Amino acid sequence: MADSKQPGPPKKPLTLTEQVLQQKQTYDQQAYQRLADSVKPRHNVLVNAFNAFWVGGSIAALAQIITLIFIANGVNIRDAATAATIIMIFLGALLTGLGIYDEIGKVAGAGSIIPITGFANSIVAPAMEYKREGFVFGVAARMFNIAGPVLVYGFIVAVLVGLIAYFLQ
Amino acid sequence: MSIIMAFIIGGLICLVGQLIMDLTPYKVTPAHILVGFVTGGALLSAIGLYEPLVKIGGAGATIPISGFGHLLTQGTLEAVEAKGFLGAFTGGVTAGAAGIAAAVVFGFTMAVLFNPRG
Repeated sequence: MADSKQPGPPKKPLTLTEQVLQQKQTYDQQAYQRLADSVKPRHNVLVNAFNAFWVGGSIAALAQIITLIFIANGVNIRDAATAATIIMIFLGALLTGLGIYDEIGKVAGAGSIIPITGFANSIVAPAMEYKREGFVFGVAARMFNIAGPVLVYGFIVAVLVGLIAYFLQ
Repeated sequence: MSIIMAFIIGGLICLVGQLIMDLTPYKVTPAHILVGFVTGGALLSAIGLYEPLVKIGGAGATIPISGFGHLLTQGTLEAVEAKGFLGAFTGGVTAGAAGIAAAVVFGFTMAVLFNPRG
């Protein structure tokens, strides 16, 4: 930024006004940088949040439609919800295999991670990736890269809650 | 109507997750989000705060992974009531069996059938 000093050959001692101008310029640049930093991520946060909302909502709505179809065909509510869950897991796994779910994930972020389809995605993606390491240490072991921790903590909390409930009875 | 409510509740749960990813200073990975939400859902369910969400949102509350935590907790609590001590260990996994089995079977099948792109 040496060329930013405006007219003529730069004399050795800067006048006071030049020093002030220079400081003002650096200050302006810093202020601009702060402004840019404060605006840029917020914009992304809003867009990300919106995308997560509508994609996650759409996946849930699709599951609700499937549930309603089962209920309309005489399945009780609980089984209908279970069946819908299984179908959503199937769809999540299939779309991951086809490479479509990762494209959705690039836009939707948490909107594609949190639904159960994202759980299926977290199983298929690493399993597919590490297939060349074999069917035991590749596919089967890698399936639980992310699903494993989910089950571990889910089970631990559930059992603890159960024990607490038992001893409070 | 219930489809719209599922959309809203499901969307809001995902929105919360996205905000946690974007607004916290830590590096929050999808694995952290999934673990956090299954744990959170299980705990909320234990103090009775998740069931109302399921009543309002239907699949909107059960399809997010927090709904899986809710399922585990409710299965455990029901089994404790029915079978006592043993129920604390059998209830959760029993309730989640369909989802876990489906995830393992379909996950394995798709991973074997398809290859990653690129």
